[in-house]
Amino acid sequence: MLKKILLTLRLGFFSLLLHKMRSSLAVLGIMIGVTAVIWLVALGEGVSQEAQRQIKDLGATNIIVKSVKPAAGSSADEGARFLPYGILREDYDRLLGNIPWIRQAVPMREISREFRHRARSHQGQLVGCTGEYLELNQLSLWDGRFINADDQKLLANYCVIAQSVAEQLFPTENPINQSLQIDSDFYQIIGITADRDPSAAIGGSLAGRDYNSDVYIPLETLRARIGDQVMTGRSNSMEGEIVELSQITIGVANIEQVDHAADIIRELLSRNHPNEDYAVIVPKELLRQAENMRMMFNALLILIAGISLLVGGIGIMNIMLATVTERTREIGIRRALGATRADIIQQFLVESVVLTGIGGALGVAVGFFCKPATNSIRKFLNTFFPDSMASVPASIQNLEPQVAYWSVAVAFGISVGVGLLFGLYPARRAAMMDPIEALRHE
Amino acid sequence: MSTSEPHARFSSRLPSAENGHDARSRQAARVVNLRKEYHLGGNNIVHALRGVSLDFPEGDFVAIMGQSGSGKSTLLNLLGCLDRPTSGQYFLGGQDVSRLSDYELSRVRGRLLGFIFQSYNLIPQLTVVENIQAPLFYQGRVGGKETERCVRLATMVGLRERLDHRPFQLSGGQQQRVAIARALVNNPRVILADEPTGNLDSQTGEEIMRLLEALNESGRTIIMVTHELDIAQRAKRVVVMRDGLLEAAH
Ligand SMILES: Nc1ncnc2c1ncn2[C@@H]1O[C@H](COP(=O)(O)OP(=O)(O)OP(=O)(O)O)[C@@H](O)[C@H]1O
Ligand SMILES: [Mg+2]
Repeated sequence: MLKKILLTLRLGFFSLLLHKMRSSLAVLGIMIGVTAVIWLVALGEGVSQEAQRQIKDLGATNIIVKSVKPAAGSSADEGARFLPYGILREDYDRLLGNIPWIRQAVPMREISREFRHRARSHQGQLVGCTGEYLELNQLSLWDGRFINADDQKLLANYCVIAQSVAEQLFPTENPINQSLQIDSDFYQIIGITADRDPSAAIGGSLAGRDYNSDVYIPLETLRARIGDQVMTGRSNSMEGEIVELSQITIGVANIEQVDHAADIIRELLSRNHPNEDYAVIVPKELLRQAENMRMMFNALLILIAGISLLVGGIGIMNIMLATVTERTREIGIRRALGATRADIIQQFLVESVVLTGIGGALGVAVGFFCKPATNSIRKFLNTFFPDSMASVPASIQNLEPQVAYWSVAVAFGISVGVGLLFGLYPARRAAMMDPIEALRHE
Repeated sequence: MSTSEPHARFSSRLPSAENGHDARSRQAARVVNLRKEYHLGGNNIVHALRGVSLDFPEGDFVAIMGQSGSGKSTLLNLLGCLDRPTSGQYFLGGQDVSRLSDYELSRVRGRLLGFIFQSYNLIPQLTVVENIQAPLFYQGRVGGKETERCVRLATMVGLRERLDHRPFQLSGGQQQRVAIARALVNNPRVILADEPTGNLDSQTGEEIMRLLEALNESGRTIIMVTHELDIAQRAKRVVVMRDGLLEAAH
């Protein structure tokens, strides 16, 4: 039995060799379909894994409350030169007071500033924060120490700088204990944070949070030295905003409490902030959304890939019909020599499955080249279209496709299935021929 | 499986058999009142066979002649189990095969019949040996023993040197030899030949006829359709058809 199948396979293979060009084209059709499935799924997986990693970095048990500049015109103080908005220190106290099971609440204020050391300067984010900020954002120290509670109390002029900032401002020296100038004040550098990947974009901005040009100082120091009132726009214009806190990151003990805590937070804030100058971001919800997105994305990709395999399948059917017509006489001979209808069906099904199977195998082989192919496409685009590439979000620019093993199995399985499905009609047609007429066929 | 090769002689060869179990067992084939009608739409019916009865004892070698359209091919197709009669019976190896299903007819063709065609009808993508082996393939007999048998048959028809050649590399006469070897491979009860020399020159035709005669002498039952009188006369007997009926037996 096995031998018979092997012989049928061999026969199918040799029969296909009779028409090399035609068979190769049919194989190509299936190969493209299979490659499309594998590549599309790999790219989709790459995008969504990156998105999920970024969201997970935000912490699944965290709730982030962020100040958002209200849309122009919605503010009661329109026309004021200094626009007050965002989360207030009293909001912070209110949240802590009303949600007793909060594990931690980490306030933060950030401003865009220029950092100087002697002749060198670097534009970045000045972050006023507490000691918890380090762990909360999965930052690690590269050297020195981070801000602590004493620094807050003493309003110390200490700062911790990110590794990239350190490299920029102190290319040759050790930055620890050196001074950093921000506006007209000098801060002593006590630590350096190691660079890390950006985290997920939150609060409506497309770009992820980049930690690599940050400088951290104690929150209280920032309040004392810089204050809430900040200039925006060009240096001499007297326009600006008044913001007490940029963000509060609230952590609860376990993930079941997240939804309830988020509801309370939204409720509390909405009472005191009628003009929606804040946003509540729940990474757990983002994660759920990302998961839904991923599933929809995959369904869409499978649909597209399915269409390309359908087209390949029609090609197979076309070729098998031509083959059957051409080999009518052979069919008659085989019937005379004792082949049953089932034998004939089997023979032609095997042929179409050999076609699609080869196409599938080649498609799988090419499918595994997804990563190098993506890299060279990226290199090509970066070389010839650097401007348009620069505007592409980082998550796409750094995309690492992940070849999903299930997609390889599914794609190969489907290609064989396409052979069976689209080979069936031509094979049946061959089998139902009248042997006498088939033998008479020229 | 009998070991009888073409050279193994049958002990007895009886003339045209009577009814009865005894006689039937020595008959290779027998048709009784065979009719075949083709319905061509409307009331247009072609009576291709109008009641043909004929016995083929084992070891028979009969030539069927007749004018074009007299029903020779129709009869041969029925004998070859490629088609079913409208009415009448056909006994092959003691079994009535006139009402079998398509599947059963296929099995009967594979086990009991050998075909030789005017235009050889080899399978182009197969080698000589593979062509000879094809009927065994459909019986699931694909072992080395079977291949050996095919090589022996190829040797017998004089194609020992050409085992791996493909049909397009062979002359017409050589192709017909392959076809003859193929018709023998399943050790059939009856060999059916439809104008086996029709596409060959007289010299090559002569060689093929000698081969058929030798096969018959070794006990094979051969039924042959031909237009040529001198070919027909090489058979043991000749039947002539006219208008779907047997005219006379010589
Ligand atoms: N499939 C068919 N449909 C309709 N009529 C048919 C069919 N096959 C044969 N016939 C008719 O049956 C009759 C006998 O045909 P058959 O082919 O048996 O003749 P033949 O003796 O083999 O002739 P030839 O010597 O030309 O081959 C003819 O009248 C033919 O037209
Ligand atoms: Mg005819």
